[in-house]
Amino acid sequence: MGRYVIRRLLQMIPVFFGATLLIFLMVNVMGDPIAGLCGDRQCDPATATQLRKEFGLDKPLWQQYVTYMGNVFTGDFGTAFNGQEVTELMASAFPVTIRLTIVAILFEIVIGIALGVVTGLRRGRPVDTGVLLATLVVISVPTFVTGLLLQLLLGVEWGWISPSVSPEAPFDELIVPGLVLASVSLAYVTRLTRTSIAENRRADYVRTAVAKGLPRHRVITRHLLRNSLIPVVTFIGTDIGALMGGAIVTERIFNIHGVGFQLYQGILRQNTQTVVGFVTVLVLVFLVANLLVDLLYAVLDPRIRYA
Amino acid sequence: MLLEVRDLHVEFRTRDGVAKAVNGVSYSVDEGETLAVLGESGSGKSVTAQAIMGILDTPPGKITAGEILFQGEDLLKFKEEERRKVRGAQMAMIFQDALSSLNPVLSVGAQLGEMFTVHQGMSRKAAKAKAIELMERVRIPAAAARVGDYPHQFSGGMRQRIMIAMALALEPDLIIADEPTTALDVTVQAQVMDLLAELQRELNMGLILITHDLGVVADVADRIAVMYAGRIVESAPVHDIYKAPAHPYTKGLLESIPRLDQKGKELYAIKGLPPNLMHIPPGCAFNPRCPLAQDVCRTDVPPLYEVTEAGTDRVSACHFWRECLHG
Repeated sequence: MGRYVIRRLLQMIPVFFGATLLIFLMVNVMGDPIAGLCGDRQCDPATATQLRKEFGLDKPLWQQYVTYMGNVFTGDFGTAFNGQEVTELMASAFPVTIRLTIVAILFEIVIGIALGVVTGLRRGRPVDTGVLLATLVVISVPTFVTGLLLQLLLGVEWGWISPSVSPEAPFDELIVPGLVLASVSLAYVTRLTRTSIAENRRADYVRTAVAKGLPRHRVITRHLLRNSLIPVVTFIGTDIGALMGGAIVTERIFNIHGVGFQLYQGILRQNTQTVVGFVTVLVLVFLVANLLVDLLYAVLDPRIRYA
Repeated sequence: MLLEVRDLHVEFRTRDGVAKAVNGVSYSVDEGETLAVLGESGSGKSVTAQAIMGILDTPPGKITAGEILFQGEDLLKFKEEERRKVRGAQMAMIFQDALSSLNPVLSVGAQLGEMFTVHQGMSRKAAKAKAIELMERVRIPAAAARVGDYPHQFSGGMRQRIMIAMALALEPDLIIADEPTTALDVTVQAQVMDLLAELQRELNMGLILITHDLGVVADVADRIAVMYAGRIVESAPVHDIYKAPAHPYTKGLLESIPRLDQKGKELYAIKGLPPNLMHIPPGCAFNPRCPLAQDVCRTDVPPLYEVTEAGTDRVSACHFWRECLHG
């Protein structure tokens, strides 16, 4: 097990550097960062040169990358053009997004898996067809439509929730945004669990469990579910990263000042430092989430643990 | 009588039609007795066993008629919860492929111990001790050290021993072994079969041994029931059947065993294929493949005739059983 973890950790290193380098290059292609700094006006060439020199932007790109990475490892993500430390922005944005992600993941786990088990065991029955149809609708309707619709109905028309989330973003205000954020993944989790359950239901070991005279709930939870959850765990784990970085639409709709919001602002204002900094952290989140998935995988399936 | 199956009918209703898997099977097993059920794939031998255990996939499967008397009571009249308590405790089943039949993500100790915690309310610790005891009983070396291992860490023979241990856990009265040695190496087959026979004698259990391996049958079975297209075609004490089969299908099966004294000759095979269970031929189901078939075989379903010559207590579902016996 120890060697397995070490191997996985080592594999993370090239992925981290590769991904951050790509982002670094892409952001530089985005346009001249100095132009963004001067706002709408054309920059004075002398000032621009001065600033380039100050920020090290006159150096070759690879050198800039090395400097940046060196700073990142000392906890310095640079300064946004408005003078705010990027780390300061992160400190306010990440807790909000983490809360939002927790709510979303909980929806995926609780509702998604429960629906998947119910439909998987009753494949072809009305419940199954109904849920399947519903997931199809959820998957095909874009998040901004479900988000705006729920905001309009629950927030404006019926007044059950406040249409926009307060800056502190406590958990109770994040329930509806969390559901919106989770919706598509929730539908996928349902379908994935359903398929997995339906497939494993006919497995020999399930038949053995029945032949042993175990009660039905024990056959399902202890024998069937544990085997069926392996692909679902993979999906949910990788989704953590996607939810944290991909909440741009949801955060915009509900005015949540989280990671998605900051990224959106950063891209809009060509704020290189913010964009690169946030994405670098998101890459790390992805990697750690994936590592956790792999470890959980090994816990769920001993055949991997001893391979 | 420990178990008596009477006129059992099982169908599978699929989109393509109704497959009649079992069509009026009757057999019985006494305490300490071994009944070998013989037949090709699709003859209904496994389906009958699943119906007895109550683990038939319903739907698509459906028991349409018959009785399954276990210690005098008709299991088909039991409620599911009563039925569940019989399973595992009073009758147990050993499956063919131990690798796929054991849960890959639970340790063998957990899978064995579960029998005791669920059926007898034993504590986990006591159940673990019992699991080790069972593993020793089926002669798994270093049982105490291996109780936490997972099925994939055992060899094929050891896995099948664990299956046997699981079936024996609560000392049931009846064991159904569905081709218990088919998936094993030939050398291991004999060991596993011997172990099963030995434990059966020790516990005086009834054993239904489903197989298509005639070599295994000769050594351990008391009686043989041969099935074809969901019917019993011949049933007799093991030695009588080997000496002189009273049904052309049994005869064909026996002749298709490779023999040392016929080296170099082409191996005998019953010509044709088993019938499609959705379209079982009228009359005797075996008639299209039968060397003795006459017109009557194509129209009249043969009843189970008492075979009065060559042994006692034997039946054959062949209009020409006499010719078969002497031919």
